[in-house]
Amino acid sequence: MNKIMVSLKDVSFNYHTLEGETEALKNISFDVYEGEFVGIIGPSGCGKSTLLSIISGLLKPSYGSVEVNGKIGYMLQKDHLFEWRNIWQNALLGLEIQKSLTEESKKYVEGLLVKYGLGEFKNHYPNQLSGGMRQRAALIRTLALKPDILLLDEAFSALDYQTRLAISDEVYKILKYEQKTAVIVTHDISEAISMCDRIVVLSNRPAHVKKIYDIVLTCEDRTPIGCRKAPEFREYFNSIWKELDVHV
Amino acid sequence: MYEAATPYISKEHREFLKKVKRKNVLIRVTQFALLILFFATWEIVARYKIVDPFLVSQPSRMLKTMMTLSQNGSLFMHIWVTLSETIIGFTLGTIIGMIIAILLWWSDFLSKVAEPYLVVLNSLPKIALGPIFIVWMGNGEAPIITMALAISLIVTIISLQTGFKEVDEEKIKLLKTFGATKMQILTKCILPASVPTIISAIKINIGLSWVGVITGEFLVSKAGLGYLIVYGGQIFKLDLVMTSVMILSILSALMYIFIVYLEKKLIRWR
Repeated sequence: MNKIMVSLKDVSFNYHTLEGETEALKNISFDVYEGEFVGIIGPSGCGKSTLLSIISGLLKPSYGSVEVNGKIGYMLQKDHLFEWRNIWQNALLGLEIQKSLTEESKKYVEGLLVKYGLGEFKNHYPNQLSGGMRQRAALIRTLALKPDILLLDEAFSALDYQTRLAISDEVYKILKYEQKTAVIVTHDISEAISMCDRIVVLSNRPAHVKKIYDIVLTCEDRTPIGCRKAPEFREYFNSIWKELDVHV
Repeated sequence: MYEAATPYISKEHREFLKKVKRKNVLIRVTQFALLILFFATWEIVARYKIVDPFLVSQPSRMLKTMMTLSQNGSLFMHIWVTLSETIIGFTLGTIIGMIIAILLWWSDFLSKVAEPYLVVLNSLPKIALGPIFIVWMGNGEAPIITMALAISLIVTIISLQTGFKEVDEEKIKLLKTFGATKMQILTKCILPASVPTIISAIKINIGLSWVGVITGEFLVSKAGLGYLIVYGGQIFKLDLVMTSVMILSILSALMYIFIVYLEKKLIRWR
């Protein structure tokens, strides 16, 4: 058995507003193992992002416990590169905040930029780069801190569909290559099946775990784009679609 | 990749560039011609007594006034007095306004408490405070600078505060995921993201500081362009009044140009 990286036990979370108390999450339990990609999927507004904020420690759960073994890196919906910083300065932002800017860490970031095709764009400003390149720069900014676990919060949803396919493929390869563990929040069923080893399906608010799917795909090319051809893909899709129980 | 590195320019593109350039030249020429036309008409109608030069002055007489004033050195003294008061008032307004806006950003409690006071102070015509400043501070430069400060400060606070609040929440969340402190959020994100807001506040501030200083000089002063204007008005020397107004408009334009230059230097990433 692999090492457990994230362990959630009976996690509940309530929002407090003047109008009253809203139950967002209710008794959520699951584990994430080392090297695993876990997808979290659920109806919109069910509290998926809240769950990530709890795992990352930005929010404290109302009840239950969260155990995290390792350093966490967070990828938000948009790249949020700072317009006034060039790519190099953006990539160093996290290190700067954590005051761990050393010759060694700079060299590591430089290496990442070169490895992932941004070496020549170090001195460019974000508005000079394409959406895909910006996303890669944002990923490098996160990887610069050498996280063990990556939390992707609908990280590609701001991109157009084609860029999104290409980028999720790319990010998948990079994360696998760097041997990271990932928790991926998405509302895109195909994206979840194609990227994840397991998928946690959440219910409507208050969100609880409806079902956990082990995704086993028979395909030679285990990349998000390659495995969309797998015969099991559609079955998973239909099954999860039914589980989500979407009514409009 | 993104620079125009190609040395070759097609004929069509050259035509296009030429057209743009021609249009720009035409705009400049027209602007200049309008200015010349304005002064020439003024000179002519005054010289041929179509209008009374005693009431509207005359460009040539303004030049003469400027010469006499600069020969005895008093012109530069007056300019310096007004300019220094404006710069001091403007700098104080910007710095104090920035500090207060940062404090209000820092503490939500403080900002909520201050809100009604800011609203009232903002709508109060600050000129009404003039006599109070004079009683408290005498008739030197202090009440004039205070007037400039009073007029520009509240606007600065309000516009900066709004700017700080408009910084993307998600950018702040990003910094929090890195474990940033509040001070780091301020220096790494809020302030640099607000540079455009700060510049536009500075632009407004310059104009308001001029208003404050001239009003202050109208109320109480022994020197300065505002003093010259009031003095000239009282003794019916419109040459003096018009000359001072002209110098004033040139000075404020120069100061504005300086800020635009500063803006270009600071916001290169646009």
